[in-house]
Amino acid sequence: MSERALDISLTVNGETVAERVEARKTLVDFLRDDLSLTGSHVGCEHGVCGACTVRVNGEIARACLMLAVQCDGTTVETIEGLSDSGELADLQAAFAQRNALQCGFCTPAMLATAQDLLKRGGVPSRDAIREQMSGNYCRCTGYHAIVDAIESVAQARAGAKK
Amino acid sequence: MKIVEDSPPVLTALDRPNSYIGRSVPRPNLHRLAQGRGQYVSDVSLPRMAHVAYLRSPHAHANIVSIDASTAKKAPGIIAVVTGAELAKVMTPWVGVLTHLKGLKSAPQPPIAVERACWQGEAVCAVVARSRAQAEDAAELIEVNYQPLPAVTDAETALDAKTPVIHSSLGDNLCFERKLDVGKVDDAFASSDAVIETTFVTGRHTGVTNEPRAIVADWNEGEQRLTVYQGTQAPHMMQNLFAKHLGLAEHQVRVLTKDVGGSFGIMVHTYADEMATVALSKMLKRPVKFVADRIESFVTDIHARDHRIKAKIGVKKDGTIIAFEIDDLTGIGPYSVYPRTSGIEANQVVNLVGGPYTCSNYRAQARVVFTNKNVMCQYRAVGHPIAVAVTEGLVELAAAKIGMDPLEIRRRNLLPDDAYPAQSAAGLKFEKLSHHESLAHLDAMMNYAALRAEQKKLRAQGIYRGIGFASFIEVTNPSAAFYGVGGARISSQDGATIKLDAQGAIIVATGVSEQGQGAEAVMAQVAATSFGVPIERVRVIMGDTDNTPYGGGTWASRAAGIGGEAAWQAGKALRANVLAVAGAMLQAKPETLDIRNGVVVDAANGTERLPLEELARVAYFRPDTLPAGIQAEIVATRHYVPRAWPFAFTNGVQASYLEVDTDTGFVKLLKHWCVEDCGTIINPQLVDEQIRGGVVQGIGAALFEQCLYDERGQMLNGNMADYLVPMAAEMPDIECGHVVSPTADSELGAKGAGEAGTAGAPACVMNAINDALRPLRAQPLTDMPFTPDKILRALGKV
Amino acid sequence: MKPAPFAYARARSVDEAVALLGEKDAKLLAGGQSLIASLNMRLSAPALLIDINGIGGLDGIARNGDMVEIGALTRHAAAERSDVIAQHAPLIARAMPHIGHVAIRSRGTLGGSIAFADPAAELPACLLALNGEVEVSGPKGKRTIKADDFFKGLFETALGAQDVLTAIRVPAATKETRVGFAELARRHGDYAMVGLAASAKVDGKNLKDVRLAFFGVGATPVRAKKAEAALASGDVEAAVKALDLDPPDDVQATSAAKKHLAGVLLRRVAKQLMEARP
Repeated sequence: MSERALDISLTVNGETVAERVEARKTLVDFLRDDLSLTGSHVGCEHGVCGACTVRVNGEIARACLMLAVQCDGTTVETIEGLSDSGELADLQAAFAQRNALQCGFCTPAMLATAQDLLKRGGVPSRDAIREQMSGNYCRCTGYHAIVDAIESVAQARAGAKK
Repeated sequence: MKIVEDSPPVLTALDRPNSYIGRSVPRPNLHRLAQGRGQYVSDVSLPRMAHVAYLRSPHAHANIVSIDASTAKKAPGIIAVVTGAELAKVMTPWVGVLTHLKGLKSAPQPPIAVERACWQGEAVCAVVARSRAQAEDAAELIEVNYQPLPAVTDAETALDAKTPVIHSSLGDNLCFERKLDVGKVDDAFASSDAVIETTFVTGRHTGVTNEPRAIVADWNEGEQRLTVYQGTQAPHMMQNLFAKHLGLAEHQVRVLTKDVGGSFGIMVHTYADEMATVALSKMLKRPVKFVADRIESFVTDIHARDHRIKAKIGVKKDGTIIAFEIDDLTGIGPYSVYPRTSGIEANQVVNLVGGPYTCSNYRAQARVVFTNKNVMCQYRAVGHPIAVAVTEGLVELAAAKIGMDPLEIRRRNLLPDDAYPAQSAAGLKFEKLSHHESLAHLDAMMNYAALRAEQKKLRAQGIYRGIGFASFIEVTNPSAAFYGVGGARISSQDGATIKLDAQGAIIVATGVSEQGQGAEAVMAQVAATSFGVPIERVRVIMGDTDNTPYGGGTWASRAAGIGGEAAWQAGKALRANVLAVAGAMLQAKPETLDIRNGVVVDAANGTERLPLEELARVAYFRPDTLPAGIQAEIVATRHYVPRAWPFAFTNGVQASYLEVDTDTGFVKLLKHWCVEDCGTIINPQLVDEQIRGGVVQGIGAALFEQCLYDERGQMLNGNMADYLVPMAAEMPDIECGHVVSPTADSELGAKGAGEAGTAGAPACVMNAINDALRPLRAQPLTDMPFTPDKILRALGKV
Repeated sequence: MKPAPFAYARARSVDEAVALLGEKDAKLLAGGQSLIASLNMRLSAPALLIDINGIGGLDGIARNGDMVEIGALTRHAAAERSDVIAQHAPLIARAMPHIGHVAIRSRGTLGGSIAFADPAAELPACLLALNGEVEVSGPKGKRTIKADDFFKGLFETALGAQDVLTAIRVPAATKETRVGFAELARRHGDYAMVGLAASAKVDGKNLKDVRLAFFGVGATPVRAKKAEAALASGDVEAAVKALDLDPPDDVQATSAAKKHLAGVLLRRVAKQLMEARP
């Protein structure tokens, strides 16, 4: 009934994955170590820096604060999947255009978190963008270029809709 | 005689056709990083790789009486449990001293503590297992018998007779002392119309790189070679140190640095646990990986900037600054960090106070003392944030005292823009700075007059906004005067090798490294311009001691200025080599040819003569068709080191506009500006982004960050919830402007820009807060970080 | 840091969760936003984790008569988007954006926040301010515990070792209801340095049933009862003077600063309470 290791089956970036994992293994460690999806990063393991942000059943979540065994039957999307599907293409291009990433460690999580805001539509203010991104730590950029990049994509998407 | 020019004007070195110098070209490595396809050390996995967790001392100071790992060794997945004594057989200890810091002393530091732990967090035992989790499980089963010792935790009393001496072999707790006395300081104070005397405190803080420190060491017993994957800023330096302390030859060691999740100086140092990991790999004859978790990062990543500075300024009523004096005390850890030493930060403080100004009377004393807290060493802008906070804090306090506008007092005292070459009171040599032009530029950019008017209007409504400034100089492009002269095997020169491949693209191998600041892009831009190809045809190789020229790496803002110049010269040399071949193939004089856009052309009119692909094909596959005596050498290496100036000083000025909520003590940052003169700008966007990132790090120092210790040497806030790093919602927009004063010490004329933001931001935020609160007669704040608590106290509300 | 090993079980019903809690040293896993962080740091090492995320029927938000009932497994994100809460529990709606960050709110649950009872958290104070109650299932069956009786000490509530918090209930807002919320945190989303959740009923020109629940000022959310009485009589400054909080020093602020800030927040929240309901 209660086990230290369990078989789980979930969809990761559109692929069905079936593995046996220790109950104590976090989702981010499972993604990185068991599936070699190293695009999600470990920065603190206490849910503060946001570098591990992925999508679980369509909502962004801190993968260091979820257990892999909790994700049995869920749909998980990491940066690799979000990138290859093209969903983040305009954000990635804007980030590159404005050098909104330097070392790149926080970037996969920044992109997922930005997309979570932008897919709601509209053109958020710079303050609203800063508030949405307030849980993602960046030491390199000072955030200004990140806000610029997200704002420009929001405007472009809104313009494209007209 | 009239000179008739019928040929086109001679291009200057930088005015190459299709030049990338001065263009904001997007970095080529951004796409893989934005796709989550980076290769950070924490991503590296090798066959049979083991994981190490370190058992760390919970005491700031304790004898290690015994370690019983008998149960731990039998735990699931355990490969080895290794003590300091066992590791000492494989790796020698090190001492962090340099001869040019006279009198600097430190005790030998082992990779794992042997008989005594000297700070809370020092490793006392290594547990190697098949997984990190299993290593941590076993670590809990190790019984260490500690005999706690009194801990030295107060720098103010570290040298008192009754304070225990941490290393008896050293005699006392003094690591380093520096004194400077220039001009007639006492006379100057005596003749001053106003003297400000106050104490500044800069809080101990740490880098909090996004990617925690990680290292993978792979000793190959069959090859007798060590390969280390490390996010280091100085691969060749680490290659030398690993070899030295393991008794290997340098060529037996290869250091690989791919993507690094942030360094800021944190990654330029030698860490005991990283050295231990390397030694364990050799001992166990298999790859070993160590990734510091965030909790251990807080107590082992170098700390910095823990200073108490008593400071004094003397001015005349016309605003002339006539004297500066400081007494700086800093409490480092129990060891001076290797190999750059923990004396450099205080040394820089002494060097840099008063730096932008003409004042010639200056007295300074700095003492660096050992304590039983985490080790301290160079972190972004080393010493500058402290020296600038002291200098600029004093200048604005003096201005307020004599009723002078803070920009006006600076105009009256900054070194004139036409006064160069010049020297500061502390003996710093300046080639060419632009303090006044930068100040004028800032004034216009921020519309200072309008902000003052707005401030006045809002004060009448009980809203308190402040404007603060900081002028600064910054050390970049260091020569061997920085470390080499002291005996450190830290290279101040750097090299670039550029080869033409068989399809007409160029491969640039360079000794400087990428940490996110854009070195890869800058090298590509320089090489593409210098040689003459479109940037899409440039590939840069960095971070590999086997495959790059011997170099210094990236620190002290040297990559663009020094690494860039080597790439520039190598590009020119390769162009000459290629044109020698082209000349032979085209039956033309090489000096009449040029390479533009990947094609050999007539220099006079740009007529295309020979695509590089074709030249390469012939050189590599059909050398039989070349004239006799012609051997194509389509690769070139050049090195560069600054010789004319010990450092390429840059200058800048920053401003902060903020609002203080006088009910809560909370500070809202409204806007920030920086005008920076870093010489020739190779990529304006990258320079601006370095400044912005640096400014926010400095804001962290001013408002948020401090490593808090109790009197027992326990760090109280070593986690991301309690140690506050700047996050997006509290940060302002940051506007950047530039003045350009190239250095003549290189053809590119580029100085460094990586640290300027951090150097000036704490000072101008401090000055802005004090400016905001001045009408309320608040006690000036000089004790960082400026928390709501401190601001409320200054206002007398608490 | 990796958690110490533990066993894991998925409870399919509240009764099963209660039974499993009786078996060994066990903890409930709901949102996990506090629990997993403490497991990662080995501050907590239970032998068994009981995952209750799969238990149906614990995540509804509904107006039932004069109460708003919120299932314990309701995610913060769902509460943030809920029209029922916006209309009928406006104090909770005001608190939601302050709770952590978006990614935390997508997983964290209201029941978890109340049961964990971090003294600097928003929701326990809201529950106290609204005179709410929690529904609990234990080995002896169901019971209701009023907010005033729920928060006992630092991370200590009236929940027994085998209890499962299943729902939160707060009085639905009426035309007379007034609410106020203010929080000071160094950075957006941080735990509060000091915070105040307040509710009252308008009574002509005055207020009645004033409930002021401060958070970040002690081991639990704290009602400032003397200040409540003064505020009811309309004297804000007297209410500030009557604050008798005794917050400990912590790494963010000293006790003296927190006391001062509590007064500042009281003035700001008093203004909100006096505002006409939109």
